[in-house]
Amino acid sequence: MIRLFTRYRILLPVVSLALLLGATFYMQPRAMSYFGLNLLFNLAVPIALATLAQMMIIMVNDIDLSLGAFVSLVACVTATWLNDAPLVGLLILLVLVLAYAAMGAVIHMLDLPAIVVTLGMSFVWGGIALFLLPSPGGVSPDWLRALMTIKPPFVPMAVAAAVLIAALTHLLIMRSGIGTVLRGVGGNARSVGRAGWPVVRLKALAYGLAGLFGVLAGMALVGLTTSADANIALRYTLLSVAGVILGGGEFTGGKISPVGAVIGALTLALAASFLSFLRLSPDWQVGAQGAILILVLTARLLFTRRDAQA
Amino acid sequence: MTRTPQGAPPIVTLTDAAKHFGPVRALNGVSLSIAPGDCIGLVGHNGAGKSTLVNVINGGLAPSSGTVEFAPAGAQTALEAGIRSVFQELSLCPNLTVAENLRISHTGLRGFNWRKAARTEMAQALDTVFPGHGISTDAPVDTLSIAERQMVEIAIGFAPRGAQARLVILDEPTSSLDAGIARQLLDHIVRFCASGGAVVFISHMLGEIFDVATRIVVLKDGRVVEQRAAADFTRQGLVDAMGHVAPEQADAPAVRAHAHGAEVLRSPEGLNARAGEIVGLSGLAGHGQAEALARIYFGATSSWRTPRAAPMVFVAGDRTRDGVLPLWSILRNATISVLPQIARRGFVDRDREAGIMAEWKRRIGIRTDDVANPILSLSGGNQQKVLFARALAASAPIVVMDDPMRGVDVGTKQDVYAMIRDEAAGGRTFLWYSTETEEVCQCDRVFVFRDGAISAELTGADITEEKILEASFEMTEAGQ
Repeated sequence: MIRLFTRYRILLPVVSLALLLGATFYMQPRAMSYFGLNLLFNLAVPIALATLAQMMIIMVNDIDLSLGAFVSLVACVTATWLNDAPLVGLLILLVLVLAYAAMGAVIHMLDLPAIVVTLGMSFVWGGIALFLLPSPGGVSPDWLRALMTIKPPFVPMAVAAAVLIAALTHLLIMRSGIGTVLRGVGGNARSVGRAGWPVVRLKALAYGLAGLFGVLAGMALVGLTTSADANIALRYTLLSVAGVILGGGEFTGGKISPVGAVIGALTLALAASFLSFLRLSPDWQVGAQGAILILVLTARLLFTRRDAQA
Repeated sequence: MTRTPQGAPPIVTLTDAAKHFGPVRALNGVSLSIAPGDCIGLVGHNGAGKSTLVNVINGGLAPSSGTVEFAPAGAQTALEAGIRSVFQELSLCPNLTVAENLRISHTGLRGFNWRKAARTEMAQALDTVFPGHGISTDAPVDTLSIAERQMVEIAIGFAPRGAQARLVILDEPTSSLDAGIARQLLDHIVRFCASGGAVVFISHMLGEIFDVATRIVVLKDGRVVEQRAAADFTRQGLVDAMGHVAPEQADAPAVRAHAHGAEVLRSPEGLNARAGEIVGLSGLAGHGQAEALARIYFGATSSWRTPRAAPMVFVAGDRTRDGVLPLWSILRNATISVLPQIARRGFVDRDREAGIMAEWKRRIGIRTDDVANPILSLSGGNQQKVLFARALAASAPIVVMDDPMRGVDVGTKQDVYAMIRDEAAGGRTFLWYSTETEEVCQCDRVFVFRDGAISAELTGADITEEKILEASFEMTEAGQ
């Protein structure tokens, strides 16, 4: 049993999500429907995308403290420029992705601590966002709104999107050659460099991918909320880190799992709904969410310890 | 052993290659040419320049002077020339599977089905070198044992990887393999060289060297001192070639005159020390000396309830990693070890702190105008003196030193030797790991480590470079 959990790291996130989902259905049987599931997981889509962005950074042994501010900035761009002048808007988003890649290259070349650089950049992103949208507002582009509220048959959009995103990222990171090399950078950057790979370009690529997923997260968020605000996604920074870890990832060593990260994000989103069903006062919810996180991480630690002893 | 005709062009040719790190001449003009069919055994004591030579051959370091030429003409890098290295420290990505690790070093694996190709090539490579290995190509590397990881790394070194391995450099490849597996590797090396490949083989097992090498190159102080066909060497001759001819006896005997007190320390692996004794730990670097010291030190000091006066103090050799507090002044760096003893009601007694510093500055000769200067304003040797002052100022009866003279100039060394003798005469015990024989010869008793265990205990007149070398290298036949 313990063997099974340490052998297949993905099991623990899956079981956590299943348990939480079971508890939610028990509390609120009406949630067990097409509409109910969509409501439960709707906001999980941008969180899942942000978690994947964070995962790209954690994959190369860094951490991104600017992700929440970045997603907020993207949301502001989406609700203003992308709606008013789509071409300029797209161009801005492209520049933002490239800026992320450049940030990765600079962090590697100057051997700077990512935690400091990204913390500084979070104020830059936040400043630009406030400049673009000083007060909450803006409008989501119609096509984006339509995309996020699409109603596919049998499975609600949120679930279908989560599965699709998880599958695509799994292919990119776990199956493709370049994804393997990127994970290798997290595992042993020196040996990757010694095999002739330009590590700085790989780092830039990882950061660029993080920027791309951050952009997608911001766009998805605006598609759901229909308007934006410079502080709309600040809590994503910590949520995304929690999601990666909840999904079986580790802070160092390139040990990550895209499927796990998406499941982790779903678990976090579900935890919030579950606590509302418990009629817990919103004051306590953040703390209770933290308690769930600690519970799952404790379980994982126990499993690995037991396995090490066996 | 079959050898290809003498006319075959060499794979790599070094002409008078030298590599300097600041004032340290790690490689001091080496000329060496390696042709297809060569199996070169590379031997030398610590710091003889083995790893530097390897890194110059594989292109990891550019030589400070001299040239490194790869053939066939046109190959710009060592990788293009088919030169691969298997390092002693494991260089796989532990989070990837065995097959995925091949992908890291084999850029030609592309396309939709690269995994299948990687699995096949990896399985073949493992089967060729280690028949019956039992390693799954889908196993993540961190689930493998150390020996299995080493096997994977060696197999990747010999794998074709889209071209052909022409020269494989193996740095202590058998250190974590058991005898049977090591035998398989040696057999493969012989086969590989017979089919026109070349190998540079570094090992502390002289038996293995004699088993596979066609030519033995002896390095000493960054120079090639001997280079002959393996058959022309005897084991004893090889050990003699590695060592100095005449060890300096200096004034050592006088030191050893005083009697030692009761035993103050005994470790599970058999290391023991008496009060007032200077005990040396020797052997080739990385054979468990530093680990043994760390076990002893942490075992005695790292507990929740630290006594006011620790029973042991530690002098770090790797200053930046475990010694210097880089943002602090000289004064604070030196006195941190005594703060609990000189504190008054939990506050630092500044006057006593300054007094202790002044005393040690005089005794140890730290060259600075003002002890309030930052520690990094000092030269490396003087920084090391501050670390010695930190350790000796504390009243601990046992001083643990982890290669403390790394990068220290000769003058400072003499000062420190004198001080250590002084303190030992006063009843302190020193545990002294050193990679340099000259320092080990200062000790009363020396334990030589090999493969993480003590292989010899030398005392008094037996402490000679020759005896230490003998104990550092495995003299028996490989595979026994």
